[in-house]
Amino acid sequence: MSTDNEPSAAGTAGSEIDPEEFAALRERVEELEESAAQRAAEDRAGNPREVVETETGEDGKKMTIVSTQGTFDMAYPPLILASTAAAFGWDVVVFHTFWGLDILHEENSQDLKLSAVGNPNMPLPNAIAALPGMDAMATKMMEKKIDENGTATIEELIDLSLESGVDLQACQMTIELMDYDEDDFYDGVTTGVGAATAIQHMAESDVQLLV
Amino acid sequence: MSSQYDITETLDVKGQSCPMPVVKTKGAVDDLDEGQILEVVATDSGSMSDLAGWAEGTDGVTLLDQVEGDDVYKHYVEKTA
Repeated sequence: MSTDNEPSAAGTAGSEIDPEEFAALRERVEELEESAAQRAAEDRAGNPREVVETETGEDGKKMTIVSTQGTFDMAYPPLILASTAAAFGWDVVVFHTFWGLDILHEENSQDLKLSAVGNPNMPLPNAIAALPGMDAMATKMMEKKIDENGTATIEELIDLSLESGVDLQACQMTIELMDYDEDDFYDGVTTGVGAATAIQHMAESDVQLLV
Repeated sequence: MSSQYDITETLDVKGQSCPMPVVKTKGAVDDLDEGQILEVVATDSGSMSDLAGWAEGTDGVTLLDQVEGDDVYKHYVEKTA
């Protein structure tokens, strides 16, 4: 999209962009870039920040992760990122919805499976990966690797996240959809929240991720 | 390998991988007083970059040094606030 080099391209597309408006926008972008650069320079110059503590302050960064996948492998990225961001002193929410809810489900989280089908990195053709028992085997292999590598288990990461102050949220709509009970989840998990709660935190967040 | 720093605590995270070295370092630093120094001993090679990034992005801590030994990575973190 090189609007810089080919002004005629905008013309042929139906002149949707008013050149004056575009120039004003560009000016505004430059202004913002300048003020950001200035602020960064001030930071480098050692201007003290008001909040100097490792705990989350009012000015601390925020992150929202929406976790939608309930497979063994997909449980890891949100929990690792969440616990690490908490170590940075960030205010972190992980909103679990649909299959992502199983990560917080005390019983189901012990039995998350890795899918052997549809994963090009599996050393198996899909026709074989689809046979009964293959998912369980792939999961066993991965669990063994994780143990050997000193990587934390999902349960450890959940405990760690909760201890570090991460707000693990279970989407109320999905709880009802899946016929789960609020007591099915790990202690410390937030229930009774919906999309609006997630959006509210997202709007205030510096980082938003859908996993 | 003795350290030139006056270490208050040593955190052993040998055999543990991401995100444990960073997360446990944060926990251990929280228990220190201002001016005290934590030594972190890790075997995860990623801890070199991760702890540097964490210290850079976290208020109140300074990474004094990182030493790469034989399969062991040592990090020295001072609590500055």
